[in-house]
Amino acid sequence: MTQDARLSGRDLTLAYDQRVISRDLAVTIPDNSFTVIVGPNACGKSTLLRALSRTLKPAEGSVLLDGQVIGSYPAKEVARRLGLLPQTSIAPDGIGVADLVARGRFPHQSFLRQWSAQDEAVVAEAMESTGVSALADRSVDELSGGQRQRVWLAMVLAQQTPLLLLDEPTTYLDIAHQMDMLDLCADLHAERGHTLVAVLHDLNHACRYATHLIVMKDGTIVAEGEPATIVTADLVEKVFGLPVRVIEDPETATPMIVPVDRRGVRRVHD
Amino acid sequence: MNETLTSARPDTAAPFRPRDTLAWRSPKGRLSFLMRPRTLVVCLALVAVTFVTLVVSVSVGDYEIPLPVVPGALIGQGERLDVFFVQGVRLPRALTAIGVGAALGIAGAVFQSLSRNALGSPDIIGFTSGAATGAVFAILVVGASRVVVSLGAIAGGLVTAAVVYLLAMRNGVQGYRLVLVGIGVSAMLASVRDYMMTRADLTDALGAQIWMIGSLNNRGWGEAAAVWIGVALLAPVLLALGRRMRFMELGEDTARGLGVPTRSTQVIALAVASALTGAAIAVAGPIGFVALAAPQLARRLTRTGGTTLVGSALMGATLLVVADLVALRALAPTQLPVGVVTAVIGGGYLIWLLYTEWRGGRA
Amino acid sequence: MGLLLALGALLVCALLSITVGAKPIPVAEVWAALTAHDGGYDHNVILTLRVPRTIIGIFVGAALGLAGALMQALTRNPLAEPGILGVNSGAAAAVVIAVFLFGMGGAGLVWPAFIGAAVAAVAVYALGSRGRSAATPVRLALAGTAMAAVLQGLVHGVIVLNDFVFDRIRFWQVGSLTGRDLDVFWQVMPFLVLGIVLTLALGPSLNTIALGDDLAATLGARIPLIRTATAVAVILLCGAATAAAGPIWFVGLIIPHVARIITGPDQRWLLPYSAVLGAVLLTAADTVGRVVLPGAELEVGIITALVGAPLFIALVRTKRMAQL
Repeated sequence: MTQDARLSGRDLTLAYDQRVISRDLAVTIPDNSFTVIVGPNACGKSTLLRALSRTLKPAEGSVLLDGQVIGSYPAKEVARRLGLLPQTSIAPDGIGVADLVARGRFPHQSFLRQWSAQDEAVVAEAMESTGVSALADRSVDELSGGQRQRVWLAMVLAQQTPLLLLDEPTTYLDIAHQMDMLDLCADLHAERGHTLVAVLHDLNHACRYATHLIVMKDGTIVAEGEPATIVTADLVEKVFGLPVRVIEDPETATPMIVPVDRRGVRRVHD
Repeated sequence: MNETLTSARPDTAAPFRPRDTLAWRSPKGRLSFLMRPRTLVVCLALVAVTFVTLVVSVSVGDYEIPLPVVPGALIGQGERLDVFFVQGVRLPRALTAIGVGAALGIAGAVFQSLSRNALGSPDIIGFTSGAATGAVFAILVVGASRVVVSLGAIAGGLVTAAVVYLLAMRNGVQGYRLVLVGIGVSAMLASVRDYMMTRADLTDALGAQIWMIGSLNNRGWGEAAAVWIGVALLAPVLLALGRRMRFMELGEDTARGLGVPTRSTQVIALAVASALTGAAIAVAGPIGFVALAAPQLARRLTRTGGTTLVGSALMGATLLVVADLVALRALAPTQLPVGVVTAVIGGGYLIWLLYTEWRGGRA
Repeated sequence: MGLLLALGALLVCALLSITVGAKPIPVAEVWAALTAHDGGYDHNVILTLRVPRTIIGIFVGAALGLAGALMQALTRNPLAEPGILGVNSGAAAAVVIAVFLFGMGGAGLVWPAFIGAAVAAVAVYALGSRGRSAATPVRLALAGTAMAAVLQGLVHGVIVLNDFVFDRIRFWQVGSLTGRDLDVFWQVMPFLVLGIVLTLALGPSLNTIALGDDLAATLGARIPLIRTATAVAVILLCGAATAAAGPIWFVGLIIPHVARIITGPDQRWLLPYSAVLGAVLLTAADTVGRVVLPGAELEVGIITALVGAPLFIALVRTKRMAQL
């Protein structure tokens, strides 16, 4: 599978300045999967995503995109194959929604091709599928957090990449908007055939939506595979240090994690 | 694939493009360009104002040259004195003003865009401060000619920028550290300058002070050529990088995700913008406020959500050529250094803009 | 603990400032002058020149350090210094006018400088806080820069036309404690004390502002009030300091950074440290300036930058600077 997958990393050592986050990491993103990376805070999941999206250059090892080291492609070439929704983005003062989404067309444009008919169609389609078409003429400043996040996602969709990397796309959203966002991702995966990689915080979301789950702790991959086969109470306790029960999600039959009620235990000691 | 996407949209959807823009496409769709009518109108208006001011500044003065005579004098026809004033004195001076203004405007826009800071300027890396100290040293200690003063300014600026960059380097250069080191070095240079200024002979010190304010008095074809060559060589590089810089305003990760080579863009743009600033300073001294105000004014007039390089360059040129006309005529026959006027006009206009804009309740 | 150390350093600097000078006077003699004044020449030098000058140095340094810390908290911008409010350019413009129209000089410039600084700062703050919400950092910075440019333009316009004004202003602009006597001190003292008290009272509120406007509001902070009070404190402190010693902007910029390395971002500690360290830097620089050149004095403004800047750069290079 390693040979075939479009995106993989091998022998990765990831570090900021001198601080090493991960060592000898090997990772493969299965094609056409909805891969979700989970793990406790500071386990290196965002760092791994940044390395996969070449925003962080590995100290050692390499990330391969379609069989070639990712850094060996021209920047725009990578951007036509792989899109990234980072944790923080900055919307310039007063920029309009459509204008921002249109910026996702950068890798397809050049000085002589600034706004083709295809650009127009793709931007409209990206806004349609994220449900922000009605906001097209509004300023990004005026939007709510949920709307803004969808606008950013639309911008990445406008990039038209088969691979999409999302760093905590549900942060700052309420439960309804979280589900909207994840449903949208699932649609992109199921109907459009995108390969998605997302970092998520909520284990139950991860189990419900992921087709491939990567569980990380202290910079290493502890387990990976289909959520139903790998997620056990032991694994969660080992990784998060939290005793849990794993039951079946009544809606989707995927694993559902319920923390063990520890209050009774404490009361005994009091 | 594209066809299906388009047809999938509801029929009611209007043809779609970024807000306030017009798109032009060649029949087969190979070429396509995007532009904002408002930006175009503003730019054309700035060109027109600059041109009119240019003609007026060639015509007026203590020695009045009537407008109908000006075109003849430009090509060497007419009375000798007319030709001398037009060709030898006023035209080169006005052209120098336009070139210096454009250089400062576009360089300021680059620094503000890259630092995402409305106060970003070439001073950040100590360039201006070093140039001023180099020039003051050349004037007060060496007692040098104009050319040597210019060379002193360039040398001072380059050495200072290099020193700041080297001192800030430690496991790579962080923006924050660069800025702080720049401030420290600038402060030291300012005190050296203060020392020279307070110990110097009054007349010499005044000469140095006027240089530091920035002046176009007695600038001729040599200076005009120098700054125009600088602009012609360097500005296109920045314009070519302009699109990338607008994307870098979305944040570094987002820009890289879109395929913008952020590091190289940053280094090249900073170096070229510094060189343009150097050319402008060498010719006219560190004229204040143009680099700071021109991009702000341009973006408020064009109402773009970001930096506009062409607009900033044109705005800088307009600002400086108008300011120089005022500097020449306001207290005639005394000529003010143009830096006095740019500060008062530019600052006053910015105050007025902020005042009206905020009264309207918009940030 | 660290604060005691800093206070100790200040005491040493103050003593040196009184004993060291063009005419060195031994410590015993200094003590005698302070306790049992004999009316002799040395004692007079100490009481009428060096002691007032040292006290002014301490207060001006403390005021500038505090004002700098306040400005950086107010604008949430590590590059902010009181000059952004137009204090220095306002003072300079008023001084130029006073010299140009009335031929004033020396200690007579204290009041014009203070009034100019205050008027400019109030104008900038008013311009910065127009509209629907209170002064936001970016608006303040833009308004301050615009105002400073206009005032600086006026100053330059006058000094290139008038040699006499230029001669006065080039010395005033450097920043100096030379010849400042007790009269000057009593003139600016009330403003300094008021400013210092107000500042120290503001510490906890500033901590909430640092979290961002929205969070601060939910914590119960009255943001417009805090902002205005901070601006008033800056105007009092910096206006008085500039009036007494001229524009010594570098102290207000670097001292808060140095203090932040020691204390971290807590304003309740940052403010006292900024005050003490500012006083240390200014008195030390003033003392050095008196002895470094034989037979001549270097202005304190020149020395603060020459001594402070390398120190500052060294700190920036060795420590991980605390971001705001």
